[in-house]
Amino acid sequence: MSQIDQADKTNWTLLFLGWLLVSVSTTISLFFSSVLEYEPCVLCWYQRICLFPMIFILAAGLFPSFDKSVIKYALPLSITGGLTAFYHTLLYAGIIPENIQPCSKGVSCTEKYIELFGFVSIPMLSFLAFSTLVALLIFLKRRTSK
Amino acid sequence: MKYVLVGLTCVLLVLAFIGGSSYYKGQQAEKFGFLAQKNAELFVRDHSPTLGSDDAKVFIVEFMDPACETCAAFEPFIKQAMAANPGKIKLVLRYAPFHDGADNFVKILEAARLQGKYWETLELMFKTQHIWASHHNYQPERLWEVLPRAGLDIERIKKDMHSPAIAKIIEQDMADVKTLNVQKTPGYFVNGRPLQQFGYKQLAQLIQSELDAQYPTKR
Repeated sequence: MSQIDQADKTNWTLLFLGWLLVSVSTTISLFFSSVLEYEPCVLCWYQRICLFPMIFILAAGLFPSFDKSVIKYALPLSITGGLTAFYHTLLYAGIIPENIQPCSKGVSCTEKYIELFGFVSIPMLSFLAFSTLVALLIFLKRRTSK
Repeated sequence: MKYVLVGLTCVLLVLAFIGGSSYYKGQQAEKFGFLAQKNAELFVRDHSPTLGSDDAKVFIVEFMDPACETCAAFEPFIKQAMAANPGKIKLVLRYAPFHDGADNFVKILEAARLQGKYWETLELMFKTQHIWASHHNYQPERLWEVLPRAGLDIERIKKDMHSPAIAKIIEQDMADVKTLNVQKTPGYFVNGRPLQQFGYKQLAQLIQSELDAQYPTKR
């Protein structure tokens, strides 16, 4: 009995960490766009669409106690966001040529804003966040399906 | 406990956001203050049209676009502020034609300046904006119909507006737009201090604070 309780507690904590990651990413993303006034490009918007709702979806899975169905709802969003971020990172790094990018109007998706330590770009941060989240959700899925 | 943890995290993130933005704005204000001292020409170029007394100590630098509706809406407001403080305020206009085709209107305005009718033309353009630039639907041909009202030689404008000197003015202004990170029109700087929250009241406060600083009232 207490073993199940312990497992549930760990699951809750893991999901909470995922929620924390999403909330911090959202805050940073909003900070970039509304305070530093970096205009989000088309690809950024697709990633934001995947990121923002996850605050509420993951939070819903935390209350009143850990609910494993949250994984099912959050995984498609995080995988889609992760793939977009991956594509965006490649585009940004110039590995995929820019002329096939979908953003012709507004801000270019390869517009350089910040580069932490000289190489960590915004798309890369996004990709890092999404892939961590996907890994975490898959780990949770493994744990709960046992 | 769970609710407290999640709720507290939300509060912390909001606080971090607010703290971060006020820190950033403070830094920006400092940076622009520094820029204003070190390179005044970033704000006022030799080619920039100005209005007001040469002795004025408060410079309102406005990055504008004749086709921008909000710029037209702010014009009487600025004029009022200048009239209320005679001789203390100088208006400097800079160009920021962000929209496609908007630079053509700047060129027309600059060509009108060659005929000595700059401010009349600008006022007329603002007044008739609904005719030729309603909701960024530019119709230059309709502007040609109204321009003679300012007493302009239209044929000369059509010739002058394509001069390389005018193109150079726009190029220089757009370069400064980039340096000063102007994103929207109208973009205001009062003695180098950027208007951080857009609005009539905020601009009035910014102007007033510079007036108070430059013209301390004797007690």
